[in-house]
Amino acid sequence: MSSHVINADVAHGHDHEHEEHHDSGEMTVFGFWLYLMTDCILFASIFAAYAVLSGNFAGGPSGHDIFELPYVLAETALLLFSSITFGFAMLQMYKGNKKGVLGWLAITFLLGAGFIAMEINEFHLLISEGYGPQRSGFLSAFFALVGTHGLHVTGGLIWMAVMMYQINKHGITGTNKTRMSCLSLFWHFLDVVWICVFTVVYLLGVL
Amino acid sequence: MANAHNHAEASHGSVKSYAIGFILSVILTVIPFGLVMYPSLPKDMTILIVVAFAVIQIVVHLYYFLHLDTSPAQRSNVSAGLFTAVVIALLVGLSLWIMFSIHTNMMAK
Repeated sequence: MSSHVINADVAHGHDHEHEEHHDSGEMTVFGFWLYLMTDCILFASIFAAYAVLSGNFAGGPSGHDIFELPYVLAETALLLFSSITFGFAMLQMYKGNKKGVLGWLAITFLLGAGFIAMEINEFHLLISEGYGPQRSGFLSAFFALVGTHGLHVTGGLIWMAVMMYQINKHGITGTNKTRMSCLSLFWHFLDVVWICVFTVVYLLGVL
Repeated sequence: MANAHNHAEASHGSVKSYAIGFILSVILTVIPFGLVMYPSLPKDMTILIVVAFAVIQIVVHLYYFLHLDTSPAQRSNVSAGLFTAVVIALLVGLSLWIMFSIHTNMMAK
């Protein structure tokens, strides 16, 4: 009985996949989604480490002493704006408007670069005040978590620059559409991670 | 034609759906920042609201920006996402449970 059910299920699953992932582009995007899920687990591990270490100040500053919420709110705004402008780039791509895609991608790139510039400035100020990652367990975890997110955004920016070059050179081809779909997932995913960062690290840290 | 158009809108979003997602995100960001920057509620209540708004905003992003929904085309993405959510809950929840139990039982003075 049970083997019958399993067989039916497998057959159904196979059918289903055959129907939905008939072109390799969709399969690639699904594979990229699975990569993002493993990336989620990476971030979850660092969040767990942060949660464990966040009270270990070792006589150093706490979140309340060093975080400036208006500054973080500005960073959040940049990232959120970049999310919607990337969405507009995707909409232009489906319309087949190459100039529109390049324009919105350029704006998204600038917003993302602004976010990274603000983050580097924040790190620089903290380190120059003597509050670097070696100061306490809390600061080690803080730099590891926020730094990992920042590295991901930097990676996304490099990818976006390459993407603009490819679209400019080859136009909106099938391959470029698949690449853009993956980059779109990556970029929006980083914004989701940032929601967790500003909530857990900054807002709860200041409270 | 109208059908094809609707289908495209459902899976790729539209200016309207991005705008709705954006406005909801702004609201769900500004309120928690406001509550922490200008404390007006008891601390426990503030923590609860801040965390709840973050969870709602994540759902808003997943729906309006990452286009996850209950349509058949999204089924494998959603199942992978739910599986990951379970792994994360176990990973974070159990890690914290273990570490704080150790802290309470062995290091507390």
